[in-house]
Amino acid sequence: MSQKIKKHHEPLIHIVKRDDLLGWQAWGIRLAAIAVGVLLIGVISSLLTGENFFKVYDIMFSGVFGRIFEGKTSMLWKYLQDTAILLCLGLAVAPAFKMKFWNCGAEGQALVGGLAAMFCMITFGGKISEFLLVPIVIAASILAGAIWGVIPAIFKAKWNTNETLFTLMMNYMATQLIAYYVYIVGGGSNVITPVSTGALPVIGNLQYLLNVLIVAALTVAMYVFLRYSKQGYEIAVVGESQNTARYIGINVKKVFLRTMMLSGAVCGVAGMLLVAGTDHSINTNTVGGQGFTAIMVAWLGKFNPFVMALMSGLIIFLRTGAAKVADSNFLNSSFADISVGIVILLLVGCEFFVQYSVRLRRAKKEVEA
Amino acid sequence: MANQAAIELKNITKTFGSVVANKNVNLVANRGEILSILGENGSGKTTLMNMISGIYFPDEGEIFIDGEPAVIASPKDAFDYKIGMIHQHFKLVDVFSATENIILGLEEQGRYNLKAAEGRISAICEQYGFELDPKKKIYTMAVSEKQTVEIIKVLYRGADILILDEPTAVLTPQETQKLFAVLRRMRDDGKCIIIITHKLHEVLSLSDRVAVLRKGEYIGTVETAKTSETELTEMMVGKKISLNIERSEPKDPQVRLEVHHVNCSNREGALVLDDVSFHVNAGEILGIAGIAGSGQRELLEVIAGLQKSDSGAVLYHNPKTGNVDNLQNKTPLQIRELGVRLSFVPEDRLGMGLVGNMDITDNMMLRSYRRGKSAFLERKAPKDLAEKIIEDLEVVTPGTTTPVRRLSGGNVQKVLVGREIAASPTVLMAAYPVRGLDINSSYTIYNLLNEQKEKGVAVVFVGEDLDVLLELCDRILVIGGGKVTGIVDGRTATKEQVGLLMTKTEGGKQE
Repeated sequence: MSQKIKKHHEPLIHIVKRDDLLGWQAWGIRLAAIAVGVLLIGVISSLLTGENFFKVYDIMFSGVFGRIFEGKTSMLWKYLQDTAILLCLGLAVAPAFKMKFWNCGAEGQALVGGLAAMFCMITFGGKISEFLLVPIVIAASILAGAIWGVIPAIFKAKWNTNETLFTLMMNYMATQLIAYYVYIVGGGSNVITPVSTGALPVIGNLQYLLNVLIVAALTVAMYVFLRYSKQGYEIAVVGESQNTARYIGINVKKVFLRTMMLSGAVCGVAGMLLVAGTDHSINTNTVGGQGFTAIMVAWLGKFNPFVMALMSGLIIFLRTGAAKVADSNFLNSSFADISVGIVILLLVGCEFFVQYSVRLRRAKKEVEA
Repeated sequence: MANQAAIELKNITKTFGSVVANKNVNLVANRGEILSILGENGSGKTTLMNMISGIYFPDEGEIFIDGEPAVIASPKDAFDYKIGMIHQHFKLVDVFSATENIILGLEEQGRYNLKAAEGRISAICEQYGFELDPKKKIYTMAVSEKQTVEIIKVLYRGADILILDEPTAVLTPQETQKLFAVLRRMRDDGKCIIIITHKLHEVLSLSDRVAVLRKGEYIGTVETAKTSETELTEMMVGKKISLNIERSEPKDPQVRLEVHHVNCSNREGALVLDDVSFHVNAGEILGIAGIAGSGQRELLEVIAGLQKSDSGAVLYHNPKTGNVDNLQNKTPLQIRELGVRLSFVPEDRLGMGLVGNMDITDNMMLRSYRRGKSAFLERKAPKDLAEKIIEDLEVVTPGTTTPVRRLSGGNVQKVLVGREIAASPTVLMAAYPVRGLDINSSYTIYNLLNEQKEKGVAVVFVGEDLDVLLELCDRILVIGGGKVTGIVDGRTATKEQVGLLMTKTEGGKQE
């Protein structure tokens, strides 16, 4: 039989698990990743378009915020609105993901929330007073979202179905429901003409202010809920270890149901904000895939609503800004997605450096006798 | 062919960090014989066999195969030397058939031919008397069938040195007999069979020779025909070592907890607790001794309301009200609502007792966060408790905001035990509370348990070190294969007596 003696060399780089990185150091690494990403976007777009490197950022910035220095703030408001909607969906999925319940159904939950709002606005509009109708619209969308959210949780609790597949499936159902509703209401045109009955009021003449305020309030509320409430604590325990949860007497299934109801309800709010607070109409693309982007927001923000707000702001900034760069240089519109992708990839990738440090090979150790 | 050394180990040593798993082990296994490796938990049996099968590489020492020095650096090398190991936990692909699993990873010449492989498998089955349908999918198989697949897998690869790691742990007595018949046939065929076990009666009925390990050291090899149960037990557990753990006389013992004829099955439907009955008094420490996996975990979980039992009763005598409540199949929350102050230090500290990613304060809160009607958490009291435990038990930590997974094993355990004791329990159950702890931390835990005992708490201590059990506990319940094989007095019992009861899995007599 052959002798097999292999010589082992110490590899060039060592990957060592870190254990004592302070909070600000970790965030420093993440900020650096974002900076590198933004820099890369500039380099890539100036290479692709021949545009001046700094001009790219100028286009991005003015494309997102508009001429705020000249007192024109409409683009800024649009930016805040987009950020708020994305954040609202992020806030909705955060408790579910913190509980390690993979709620990939924010899209559908928001859509049925919006559908419920639309339905109330059209059906009851003009028949009952606005003072009554607006609360009904709000309640209906919250309820619809909660129901859409709790169904996968019921199946998970009772028959241990896979919540990822289930919530994804519910998205398609929501889309089809809306397609059908639009077909019925819109007749042949497949478009619902905006209706103003039952819409959220506008503060002053700032169309988006109320939406932004509602989401800001939700952000604070969600932070307090997750950090200081007993239910929030139970969510954290269930997410970390279901065994521990059982051990201290937490009813895991009940927490699943309760949290998914909450998650769906907040999605319903997002749908309501889009329908009753913004578009006053609905179509299958009203949420526009942001239910999935929201999952990224929740994870990147480490389920901290305030950090999530910053992450939503960053994602919307990159998306809008890169789209403007693409527009003004005749690039494909996918350039926006690519730009967001670059930064997210770096941001996710840098977690490696948060968890591990890389060391170069040291001087060769003495071979043991 | 017989009595020719197939494999020989010389001065094998293996350490993991500061833990010595094997120290200067010398061992010879011959062709045409069944060699048993006997030893308690943690005696280094599996580590030793893993070195022969290429999973670990020895730090020191040499391995000879057929008299030639051999270097076994990987499982593949082991196969080249015709060594096959059947692990305790099967490594099979559930959705594949038996044949697909058996030929998986084999680099054979020619085409992928399932038919031919099936033929060869059937031939192997016939030769040694296995019963197996080669087309059957793994997920539809019973545990014993899966084991058969594992054994045929190594035979198919031409192994003539077979190592089986506790093969009977998952089998019924009838299946065990069948397996033994097969193993004897292989032995007669000239194969070298090494079987790891801690069941004495199996050792005596199956093997030709027995090698005994204790705490990583090689004690000796004896011929089965020339030995007795008593001799083997003594070799296995060793002489009594004095530890000087203080033990006070129980004061005013009253029955606190009664377990009546509890039966409990696991997910596969096998009985893990078989008609278990005993009682625990207030103010005493009841030790539970047994080979790992004999039902200790299930027993504690049934009492704590974490595991459903099939039948029986768990009666709690409430010292405040004088009521007797049945806790059987109640949830932990229902048990608490009955006013039962039951504390439980589970075996899996970070996976069950604590949340590794949470800080010490939030872990303190696990037991107490429900208090009060407010929907919000109250962190002041848990923080004070965390600080008190850190000070009283000398927990080494940067502060109360450090995640507990960052702490060392001993400190994690102090945090857990500290929290459980802070709930001022009337019953305290601790599963392997000193496992992995250094001497000082261990004594801290012993003292805490003794303190609780003196306060009139009924303490249940599941341990693995017989010396500790014999010095700490007032009474020791011995459990074997899910049955109570005996309850002995901790002051008068001997190590051999307990050791014998531990290995008596069938027809255990009550003493």
